[in-house]
Amino acid sequence: MFGWFGKISFVPFSKVQDFAVHLKDGRLMGSVCKGCGYATFPPRADCPQCLAGEFDFREIGGRGKLYTWTRISAAPTGFEDVVPYTLGVVDLEEGGRLVAWIGDTIPEGEIRIGMGVQVVPRMMEEREEIKVYYTIEKPGTTWGKAPPSG
Amino acid sequence: MSRVGVIGIGHGKFGRRSDATVQELAFEAFRLAVKDAGIAREEIDASVVAAVPEYHKQRSVAGVVQEYLNLNPAPTWLTEVACASGSAAIRTAWMAIQSGLHKVVAVIGCQKMTELSTGEILALMGRVGEVQWESVFGTTFPGYYAMFATRHMHEFGTTREQLLQVAVKNHFYGAKNKNAMFQKEISLPTALASEAVASPFCVYDCCANADGAACLILADEGRARASGKKVVWLDGVGCASASMSVLRRPNLVGLPSAVEAARQAYKAAGVTARDIKVAEVHDCFTIAEIMAYEDLGFCKKGEGGRFIEEKRSYVGGSVAVNADGGLKAKGHPIGATGVSMAHEIVSQLRGDAGERQVPGADVGLTHNVGGIGQYTFVHVFKRD
Ligand SMILES: [Zn+2]
Repeated sequence: MFGWFGKISFVPFSKVQDFAVHLKDGRLMGSVCKGCGYATFPPRADCPQCLAGEFDFREIGGRGKLYTWTRISAAPTGFEDVVPYTLGVVDLEEGGRLVAWIGDTIPEGEIRIGMGVQVVPRMMEEREEIKVYYTIEKPGTTWGKAPPSG
Repeated sequence: MSRVGVIGIGHGKFGRRSDATVQELAFEAFRLAVKDAGIAREEIDASVVAAVPEYHKQRSVAGVVQEYLNLNPAPTWLTEVACASGSAAIRTAWMAIQSGLHKVVAVIGCQKMTELSTGEILALMGRVGEVQWESVFGTTFPGYYAMFATRHMHEFGTTREQLLQVAVKNHFYGAKNKNAMFQKEISLPTALASEAVASPFCVYDCCANADGAACLILADEGRARASGKKVVWLDGVGCASASMSVLRRPNLVGLPSAVEAARQAYKAAGVTARDIKVAEVHDCFTIAEIMAYEDLGFCKKGEGGRFIEEKRSYVGGSVAVNADGGLKAKGHPIGATGVSMAHEIVSQLRGDAGERQVPGADVGLTHNVGGIGQYTFVHVFKRD
């Protein structure tokens, strides 16, 4: 299932593969270690602090600040059809960092390091198979969420 | 502790080498190094080959190199830590000699990169970062360093012109190096006008893939002194790692692995940054050289842009950096690069660098970075 995550996937399997399912349902998940409470994003199954292998997913709000960015003009394989695209690195309010595309709500001329941003779950709808990802958008940008299952 | 000396060096032509296989490239550098050392080949106890396997159709490159150099049945092994593979080979050779296991070890850095199709190269470029969370967004090698540059410019006021002055300097020296891929000076306006790659970078901010090889012969202190040559000593070896994911780094304005590797190497060699007269640093992108000035302590964090603007890294400045053209002008055959850096420092410390010679060069270093700072090796060399 982890193969759902990203425009192209290099990692079909992972102990945190349900991350992609949650993302499809509109939820952005970090991990919390059941042993010591270590919380991080992106999620990881195995705790770097206490070595425990048990964790819970925990939804994060996705608010953060833009740390740095670049506009890619020379694309690698699999991204030729979307070039040029802009990558941003976000420091999340709840801890951790992510890299993602800067989305349509932030035109290139308005990008500023340190600006408040909202990370938003996305699906590529034009595809036959499920493809999920997230983008960096203006604060206040909203999206649909599926009700939590179970 | 006894010392490890460099008794022979050899360097082939870097560039698009459509005339040679990887083992033929290795042979060119090896031949020169053996002649330079003035030893019988049978004296070579072992060899360490540095190459990044995914660029070669031939799997297990050490095997084919060892056979072609006619070094069987001496032991050989491959080191791989991306663009720092060459320095990893030097480090393991140093360890093998210091342990007493081997007396004379050949280090061969060799790489063919231009046999891959553009498609294959672009596919590799898309997997340079951490693939689970980062490459899925189309991160690229220039893209990562570009994000360091964007942040460095934001925090310290580093400018586009300062970045590209690194390229201008390195092409200035590359024009004087017969082994360099690009032996032509460039101007700042030309560099600024080149095609966009990943903002703020354009083509002239980036080094080029290349084919090439370089070789060192290392020996224990006794054998090195018996050689009767001007021995250059590898007195400080430093090495450190940092997270594969740049997201797990404390900041993106420097390489923590470089700071730590430098600390170790200076301490082991009993020197400080001020003692370094000549340095080879890993200028895979212009910002990388500016961060290297800072991480190595040639200037304070944030002052790297001014350091190049004031030409303090030219020959005649406070420390000559990449006086052979660096990765930028020499080309970057990734397995060979670390060995090529050591070749230049040894040649400078011997006083053999010709018109690029740094006057009074007695202590020099190499700073060789793998990937985006996941691995950094700093090696301090001294002459007698
Ligand atoms: Zn834990």
